[in-house]
Amino acid sequence: MISYFQQHQSQILSWLGWHARLSALPLLFGLILALPLGWLARRYRWAYPPLVGIAGLLYTIPSLALFIVLPGILKTKILDPTNVVVALTIYTVALLVRVVADGLAAVPEDVLQAATAMGYRGFGRLVRVELPIAVPVIGAGLRVAAVSNVSLVSVSALIGVPELGQLFTNGFQLAYQTPILLGIVLSVLLALAFDTAIQLFTRALTPWRRAVRPA
Amino acid sequence: MAKGGAAGMIVTDVANWLSDPANWTGQNGVPTRLLQHLQYSLVALVIAAVIAIPLGLLIGHTRRGTFAVVAIANSFRALPTVGLLTFFYILISPHIHGTGNASYFIPSEIVLILLAIPSMLSNTYAGIENVDPGVKDAAAGMGMRGSQVLWRVELPNALPLIFSGVRSSFLQVIATATVTAYVGLGGLGRYLIDGLAQQDYPQMASGAVLVAVLALLVDLLLALVQRYAVSRGVTGRYRRPAAPVERITAEAAA
Amino acid sequence: MIRFDSVSKRYPDGTTAVDTLDLTAPAGQITVLVGPSGCGKTTSLRMVNRMIAPTEGRIWLDEKDTGTLKPHELRRQMGYVIQHAGLFPHRTIVDNVATVPYLLGWDRKRARSRALELLERVGLPVHFAKRYPAQLSGGQQQRVGVARALAADPPVMLMDEPFSAVDPVVRAQLQEEFLRLQEELGKTIVFVTHDIDEAIKLGDQVAVMRAGGKLAQLAAPGELLSEPADAFVAGFVGRDRGYRALGFSTVEKLPTHEEQAVQLGSAFGGTDSPDGWQLVVDTDRAPQGWLRAAELAPGSTVTEQHVHRGGTLAEQGGNLRAALDACLSSPTGRGVVVDQDGALLGTVTAAEVLALIEGRADQSSGTVRG
Repeated sequence: MISYFQQHQSQILSWLGWHARLSALPLLFGLILALPLGWLARRYRWAYPPLVGIAGLLYTIPSLALFIVLPGILKTKILDPTNVVVALTIYTVALLVRVVADGLAAVPEDVLQAATAMGYRGFGRLVRVELPIAVPVIGAGLRVAAVSNVSLVSVSALIGVPELGQLFTNGFQLAYQTPILLGIVLSVLLALAFDTAIQLFTRALTPWRRAVRPA
Repeated sequence: MAKGGAAGMIVTDVANWLSDPANWTGQNGVPTRLLQHLQYSLVALVIAAVIAIPLGLLIGHTRRGTFAVVAIANSFRALPTVGLLTFFYILISPHIHGTGNASYFIPSEIVLILLAIPSMLSNTYAGIENVDPGVKDAAAGMGMRGSQVLWRVELPNALPLIFSGVRSSFLQVIATATVTAYVGLGGLGRYLIDGLAQQDYPQMASGAVLVAVLALLVDLLLALVQRYAVSRGVTGRYRRPAAPVERITAEAAA
Repeated sequence: MIRFDSVSKRYPDGTTAVDTLDLTAPAGQITVLVGPSGCGKTTSLRMVNRMIAPTEGRIWLDEKDTGTLKPHELRRQMGYVIQHAGLFPHRTIVDNVATVPYLLGWDRKRARSRALELLERVGLPVHFAKRYPAQLSGGQQQRVGVARALAADPPVMLMDEPFSAVDPVVRAQLQEEFLRLQEELGKTIVFVTHDIDEAIKLGDQVAVMRAGGKLAQLAAPGELLSEPADAFVAGFVGRDRGYRALGFSTVEKLPTHEEQAVQLGSAFGGTDSPDGWQLVVDTDRAPQGWLRAAELAPGSTVTEQHVHRGGTLAEQGGNLRAALDACLSSPTGRGVVVDQDGALLGTVTAAEVLALIEGRADQSSGTVRG
């Protein structure tokens, strides 16, 4: 496996780079979109069911189907990586809207009251009080989204997008296990890297959790 | 490469393809493919459920082995579907001789089962864990044996989460079954894969729409089943009790 | 009868939850285990039905060693009530109450009718039967919990802080009804609470435990108040010990004086009393309050408006604490004494009550008061 890697090093690394980008960008866009949507769902009771409902429906759509339908709607070529980014962003938003809404809802009522009584207003309270407390929940959701994105990106190899999944399609066509195994290993390592990075990041954002010492 | 049509065109393309009766008959017709797709999905779901749910019940009830088992199951999620499919196909199919689907079927089913397990396992175990400890204590204190506590008390209260795990798994399986067409299996994924090879965008898009609709319908159906199978006391679907003020006065009179 | 025979519970990490407990909970009586957090009271209770297994010693249920019975069989013979009730959310109220009968194999009809009977007994409307626990308030759920424990008519009831999770008003109601129920049923009850007042109110005998799982004192409530075994118990029992102990001293007959009373709605004819206050009663001679002669013209009708609410009432044959309180809370210093139906008998003064109290203390010489 190592020798295969060395032989095709530059190609594989390029795919790895693509794979990482294609997994990470949707996370970023997805989070940016999900935060206000999740906040809306939480803030206005009537908005929760439709927003979470639509999110649920979107999440139900199989990835390959979405990769194929999007080019028709976006007027892109099928193997354009943009399709992948858009599709995975949709999935990430669909997953995170509910997570953000529930994470904000889990902030204790007394804390909110105290913050308001001290003079925090809407946006300030959201950014300085509610979001920081909701970080662990959102972080957990983000980890799930990251890992699932890494897995989903490889499906796009079927429509020709350059990323680690190409190792699988190549291996399949040649009935050759080595690239496949390599692809699986790299994929899992990448997922692990994302997972760890997000964990560390959320931990850095929540120093108060580390400060708790058992009684 | 592909003929990328305008948004309006894709709708007409799909409409045309779907209204063509030729696409509804024969080996490659919609009903056949649909049935195959459901068949493959259900087999995987049932086998995965038989493995995951009892295991989840056991772990949740005895609280032993939680960390290890759940960690392993969750790591399955990180595995790339296409990678697993191709890997198992190359590993297994040379050993299967004879005609028929078996050489595509078995490796695909293995992958589908592996991917269906994590959701049902972790939801089942979490469902049992989340049952109010006071309720479990009362049940044991009244003289229920361990197994009775599990079947009569923990399981009914864990049903919402277990159901949601089954739903997630089913959707996961349906989605992945679409991809199994790549290694030669039938099902609705055939339209996508074949359409890609033949550069027939309407076929691909129609297949995609069909799969999406199937997934949505299945989800809705399961949601309905869940509504009626879970005890109303647990889901909270009943007339709301009297408002607090009325309750206090009613209580004083009680 | 439940008997703890040198029972201890020690954990592998070295903590001792219960230390050589010797205690008998007599049949038909309420034995309360009370003490601060960590004193082992709940652990002791849970060893009776073997939710926790003792590390040393034995617990006897009448003549049987509970260790020789299968745990689930043992538990089906005991009612178990816990804080927050632990009702099954997925079953209706009636099915919750009928749980143990179902476990024992009763047929559905019999179990359900028994459950309905018990719901009425604990003061719940019968139409609650088809509801789910989440639809009931905390106090109502707790009543269901008690009904559930009584369903199979076990001789023994184990209760772990059953009334702690409700507000004080509801708690007082539940306690009253619990005592009434016990009068009817006469079960052997082991009751755990952290509230000394509840222990004194409910217990026929009270076991005070200290941190480390040791029994500090086992006594009837009155004795606990008047003769605490050591500084810990005295401190735990709390202030106003002397005053509260009066609640356990009954007096056969309070010396009452005639008290002139005027009926509500009749004409006011003036009063002889030097302080200008006159007692007002209703047609059943139940005291309503006092009126000031200065506020009424002679001959005018006595109405509700003229009545100043009086103090508490002391029942003839009741306890000294009520008698003293009647005097202290009355605007005139004369405590009103009534008979068992609530009709006026006469009044008594604080000095007279105190004389009775002191007479008592002199009789039991050598007693340390307060």
